[in-house]
Amino acid sequence: MSKKIGDVILDLQNISLRFGGVKALTDISFDVRQHEIRAIIGPNGAGKSSMLNVINGVYHPQEGKIFWHGNERKRMEPHMAAQQNIARTFQNIALFKGMSVLDNIMTGRITKMKANFIEHALWFGRARKEELEHRQKVEEVIDFLEIQHIRKTPVGRLPYGLQKRVELGRALAAEPSMLLLDEPMAGMNVEEKQDMCRFILDVNDQFGTTIVLIEHDMGVVMDISDRVVVLDYGKKIGDGVPDEVKNNEDVIKAYLGAGH
Amino acid sequence: MPTQANFAALDGLHTFPRLLFHHASIRPNAPAMREKYLGIWQTWTWSDVGERVRALACGLASLGFKRGDNLAIIGDNRPHLYMMMAAAQCLGGVPVPLYQDAVANEMLFVLQDAGIRFVVVEDQEQVDKMLEIQDQVGTLEHIIYDDPRGMRHYSQPFLHDIHELMEMGRIHDRNHSDFLNAEVEQGHYDDISVMLYTSGTTGKPKGVCQTHAAFIAAAQGGVQVDKLGADGDILSYLPMAWVGDHLFSYAQALVAGFTINCPESGDTVMSDLREIGPTCYFAPPRVFESLLTSVMIRMEDAGQIKQKMFHYFMAVAKRCGADILDGKSVGFGDRLQYWLGNLLVYGPLRNVLGMSRIRVAYTAGAAIGPELFRFYRSMGINLKQFYGQTETCAYVCLQPDGQIKFDSVGQPAPGVEIRIADNGEVLVKGPMLLKEYYKRPDATAESINADGYFMTGDAGFLDEDGHLKIIDRAKDVGKLSNGAMFAPNYIENKLKFFQHIKEVVCFGHDRDMVCAFINIDVSAVGNWAERRGIAYSGYADLAGKAEVLELIRECVEQVNADLVHDSMVADSQIHRFLVLHKELDPDDDELTRTRKVRRNFVAEKYKVLIDALYEGKANQFIETEVKFEDGRRGKVSADLKIIDAKTFPIVKKAA
Repeated sequence: MSKKIGDVILDLQNISLRFGGVKALTDISFDVRQHEIRAIIGPNGAGKSSMLNVINGVYHPQEGKIFWHGNERKRMEPHMAAQQNIARTFQNIALFKGMSVLDNIMTGRITKMKANFIEHALWFGRARKEELEHRQKVEEVIDFLEIQHIRKTPVGRLPYGLQKRVELGRALAAEPSMLLLDEPMAGMNVEEKQDMCRFILDVNDQFGTTIVLIEHDMGVVMDISDRVVVLDYGKKIGDGVPDEVKNNEDVIKAYLGAGH
Repeated sequence: MPTQANFAALDGLHTFPRLLFHHASIRPNAPAMREKYLGIWQTWTWSDVGERVRALACGLASLGFKRGDNLAIIGDNRPHLYMMMAAAQCLGGVPVPLYQDAVANEMLFVLQDAGIRFVVVEDQEQVDKMLEIQDQVGTLEHIIYDDPRGMRHYSQPFLHDIHELMEMGRIHDRNHSDFLNAEVEQGHYDDISVMLYTSGTTGKPKGVCQTHAAFIAAAQGGVQVDKLGADGDILSYLPMAWVGDHLFSYAQALVAGFTINCPESGDTVMSDLREIGPTCYFAPPRVFESLLTSVMIRMEDAGQIKQKMFHYFMAVAKRCGADILDGKSVGFGDRLQYWLGNLLVYGPLRNVLGMSRIRVAYTAGAAIGPELFRFYRSMGINLKQFYGQTETCAYVCLQPDGQIKFDSVGQPAPGVEIRIADNGEVLVKGPMLLKEYYKRPDATAESINADGYFMTGDAGFLDEDGHLKIIDRAKDVGKLSNGAMFAPNYIENKLKFFQHIKEVVCFGHDRDMVCAFINIDVSAVGNWAERRGIAYSGYADLAGKAEVLELIRECVEQVNADLVHDSMVADSQIHRFLVLHKELDPDDDELTRTRKVRRNFVAEKYKVLIDALYEGKANQFIETEVKFEDGRRGKVSADLKIIDAKTFPIVKKAA
């Protein structure tokens, strides 16, 4: 199985982000190549989630430049990320608990829908044809993630591991070219982690989706990532393939706590 | 052996491929198979199925599959896998379905034994298993897979997508348009149609070879007794390698022409069941039990009014529901109440269970509790038991409508002869018997006696109405000293249906009467004792209470009253019993890990108690060593009372 890693599609240069006097990120640069799995790791409070939020436009860094497919990105809002085919999942699950799995995943298709509100409400005109097309896509995602048996179950009634999978499903339904995963395996047992790893690898392999993920489980990160960037106290302390990072002095220090 | 005459009514349609193409020509647009794919039920009509089977068969032929070859089939119930069965049969080959959840090494024996060259599998998982053992099988040449997911990176030339195979077949068919018809014409009813491996709890699995004639006869009989028509629907979700699925989803579907429905996956069976609403449904007893439990749990969460209504009408159903289903006479008042209950409770409940359209539901494989059986029947679900083995196409006894007894497996099915051997073993003969065990003439000779009867290994008897009751495995059955049959399991099961009794061991082989050790169910009896204000400290104390002994005595006497009605087991009434001072426990080697009693071990360990039972003593002191969970050992001792139970005089019928 050889996968082809392409050109740089996201390039972050000298990013700094402050909340008042608190420096969340200081002068961070790294890039993401097409089709790769890029992990961001670091101890608690290192700025990993902030980094993800910068990428999809929730936070706006005070300094630095972001290039997306070679073009410098101006100030961007989260919904624009969706339009640029960037999808994400959240650290604490952000699904509609009362809605079924099917409907939750369907919300991932919203940016692709063209019919207006009234057409949807009356299930009329374009909306009718569109919904069938989108349903087909959603069903493909359900099949891919093997969650047919819970298709009509309200999300709130599902165990945590499955909710995480549904959230991944919603992100996939948007057919993203880049997928941001914020701790997809937090709080899972070994079996659930293995399942999730397999799905992430399959997404990357079958759809060629570029994946940026934050994860604490070192074993998982080292196994599935192509390249890893390490943050500590808002600064980049390591960047490279898993083996390089593993042997990096600063990284070992940050994780073992020596010198702090 | 069947004769040509049996098939006169079939008008030359005496093999499965002929039946299939017959349906495809007379009712091309009727649905033959459904499968849920991407959330939507997809339908194949009989003509679609005919066309695909044709293409698959030609495809197999162009890969070199020949008459007499065996085709292994491994996967969940999928329309394409059923079609492959028919395709192999078209060419005079023999499909060999395997249990799909077995690991590769367990499949190895069957693949070697059957000399498999061609295997068709469902998906990547099964392909990987085949690749793992390919070298050991030796004969394996081609692997065909149904689901292409995850197969992108497999480039071995002997792997074929099933759609690719169909394309190859269509080309072959265009170039040799007479080929397939000629092959089908060559098929004969006495050819082997399928090979099903027995599970092999004793020794290696054996391949049971069944002819077209056998399975068609079995299917016809079942269809006729239960009036299954072409408009039926069945949910095919049990392993394809199991004889019951082959009978219902393949043989009967082709004989009667009804629709088979394949669920999306093993996890979705319950919701698929609701969506399809099959007319015929099979499940083992534990599935019916878990359905009932889930209903009861949900009822407890329901509001007061609903609960009252539910319990009221369930009482009505219990009183008269089963009789109404059996067409017996029921008073007008009860009928009216049942009608109302049907409107308010039973109908909606059947709907929730996906059983609104059920004409007949079957269960087999284990004893079903009478309460459970009555519950479903009283709700208007025509639940039946049947009896049969792989060697008899799962077709020996059926329960005809209106003649259902919960403790029998029914009457001999049409065309089946039953005889009870001197040792109580059930012998059967009929058109559905196996032709042979594959490459095992020794085993074939052992299982069929000189008169052509197949020896089932089960002990049973026919009651006065000609219903077969299965009581035990033949090897466990003994004799009382007066020569009457003694079937310990049968008696023990009857006692264990009482909620207060957890475990029973009966003795009687070579003795003049039957005596029993009993374990009470400590939670059920404890609950019972609390409600009566009987104080107790633990199991041994509770088991020794006079009130408890009285309670158990009533149970034993009820069983005796029941036993006396059957002349075969009337001598096995329990004369004396005692309630053990400790629970039988796997840690003390008294039970196996699967909680079966180790009869001989128990008999030896508690020899003093057995002696006391037969010597007529009124009580006996016993001290036993026990192992605690933390590994310590201790002793429990008790002075056990021995109780005489009332027995009933046996009325000898004029022979």
